[in-house]
Amino acid sequence: MISLESSLELKRLQGSKLLVPYITGGLDDEWTDVLRAVVDAGADAVEIGVPFSDPMIDGPTVQEASQRSLDRGTTPLSVFSELRGIDLGVPTAVMTYYNVVHHAGPKRFAGWMVDAGVSGVILPDLCFEESDPWRSVADALRLETVQLVAPSTAEDRAKKLCDASKGFVYAVGVMGTTGERANVQESALEIAKRLKSLSEKTILVGIGVSNPEQASAVSEFADGVVVGSALVRRLLEGQGPKGAYGFVSELRSALDG
Amino acid sequence: MNTLMGQPHNGRFGEFGGRFVPESLFRACEEVESFFEKFWADDDFVEEYRQILSEYAGRPTPLTHAKRLSSQLGVEVFLKREDLTHTGSHKINNVIGQALLTVKMGKSRIIAETGAGQHGVATATAAALFGLECKVYMGEVDVKRQALNVFRMQLLGAEVIPVSSGSKTLKDAVNEAMRAWVSELDTTHYCIGSVMGPHPYPYMVREFQRVIGEEASDQFRSQHGGSPDFVLACVGGGSNAAGTFAGFVDSTAKLIGVEPEGGAAIGKGAPGVVHGMRSNLLQDEFGQVEEAKSISAGLDYPGVGPEHSYLASIGRASYRAVSDDEVLEAVVMLSRLEGIVPALEPAHAVAYLAREAGKEIPKGSKVVLTMSGRGDKDAEVVASMIGARLGER
Ligand SMILES: Cc1ncc(COP(=O)(O)O)c(C=O)c1O
Repeated sequence: MISLESSLELKRLQGSKLLVPYITGGLDDEWTDVLRAVVDAGADAVEIGVPFSDPMIDGPTVQEASQRSLDRGTTPLSVFSELRGIDLGVPTAVMTYYNVVHHAGPKRFAGWMVDAGVSGVILPDLCFEESDPWRSVADALRLETVQLVAPSTAEDRAKKLCDASKGFVYAVGVMGTTGERANVQESALEIAKRLKSLSEKTILVGIGVSNPEQASAVSEFADGVVVGSALVRRLLEGQGPKGAYGFVSELRSALDG
Repeated sequence: MNTLMGQPHNGRFGEFGGRFVPESLFRACEEVESFFEKFWADDDFVEEYRQILSEYAGRPTPLTHAKRLSSQLGVEVFLKREDLTHTGSHKINNVIGQALLTVKMGKSRIIAETGAGQHGVATATAAALFGLECKVYMGEVDVKRQALNVFRMQLLGAEVIPVSSGSKTLKDAVNEAMRAWVSELDTTHYCIGSVMGPHPYPYMVREFQRVIGEEASDQFRSQHGGSPDFVLACVGGGSNAAGTFAGFVDSTAKLIGVEPEGGAAIGKGAPGVVHGMRSNLLQDEFGQVEEAKSISAGLDYPGVGPEHSYLASIGRASYRAVSDDEVLEAVVMLSRLEGIVPALEPAHAVAYLAREAGKEIPKGSKVVLTMSGRGDKDAEVVASMIGARLGER
């Protein structure tokens, strides 16, 4: 298992801006080809959604993708088992809602992650105060639990969350759900600046980063970006691995440019 | 140790409750908590709330001895008449409290989810009363089966937003309201309609509903002496039951919550985390939330308030389920014996009583049952199920 934290940090210290695409696991027959395509196109890590019936913090695009995936019979086990045979050469993190972990039980879920070679996990509805049962298991197995920090997060709390975060710090760019936005929000730039001054850790901005221009604007201050809905929309439209490769390549050049 | 149905410790009822929210909502929940704690301890606020409930919403509501029903069932039944409040259900108690809090927090808008539409109507009503802007999120399925309430909300000046994601019912309306709330925190209060959601909602809503149980317990004592043997209420999210139980939890009365067979979160669910809380939840083997299926839109919810999971876990309250058919029978029975047409939700409690009188509820028992709402809103659904048969009788 490649450590998310050291792998991202190494690239960051070498002066590179980081790119982490999100795709919904089990979306269609080609989803693992999409994984390889985004890595070929220059992704530094990949975030893989394990679909949940009630994606509370997701907007219409990821909601639709989750539903489509669930309708195909996707389960956490099917996502993990498809990941098991794949060597992407970059670290992966799963993103899901806490009930999926809670229902399996932290130990069993962690075991699935280890088996599948997944390094990190993002649980957006697992408030830090509620996270001990999960983190105590994850920490012992060196699984990296990424903390989110929002524009509304108070200063002392932001510091605490950054300190606790493993892998990277997920800076929520807008107060709202996942989804594409026409313009870079002031809040995305602000949170990147704020967290960079609070923490030495890798700070990636996600939610509302939708195109190459926005990615490079945000990366002026952040260490890089997570791009979800804009990619998932292309997959929902049927653009497949090719479309994913093209889009992620554009993001890559914008960040490298 | 907290006293039973007192203040939750760290937002928890035993191992249930908590605050499982996205980081974006953390501060908003803290803000609601601190405003609520401040104002609920403030005599002026409580006085203002009580006064609105009495002058505007029609409290106190009576405790009616249902004599013909009692003699038919062989038990003494006392109905706590929330159906007689303004807007026709107990939901008004909670929204008056939360709307008043919204004003005190300096916010100008209020949003709500609704299932049957009763909470939506109550919220729209309170919004009109306080001059707040109001949006109500409602599953598409419910928009269809509760058309009358949709119109009532619109008449009251609220915007009704149909929700087409997931199962298109109450649980999805909650998701959508939370999503909307995240981007409108500065101006907007999310008025959750039951004892569910992240801390402080389960606690706050129960406090605003405890007036039901406190009144009923005083009324029972002064009219009949002592305490009843049983206290019954229907359970969707569980607010009318929690409010009712709060008045009797320290007495010897047995507390029973009645769930729909197709939405029995306590009866058939397992502990899970959704909508900001850890509580019993209908879910599949991988933790995907299952759809509830009930004739009653107000009980069509796969989860339940965390305090009920707690009361069940320590054995202080028990929970039973009834079928849609039993509920329809109960609607007819109460209408014909007492001249009270119940909403489908409290008809669940009546159905349980009718089935178990002389069995789980021994002959001669004294029973307080919360009549949480009136049946007008369900006339169409009931007519479509049994209307033809009624004509024949
Ligand atoms: C009349 C009535 N009773 C009960 C309920 C269920 O809510 P709760 O379980 O929170 O009391 C509703 C919900 O819409 C209702 O309209």
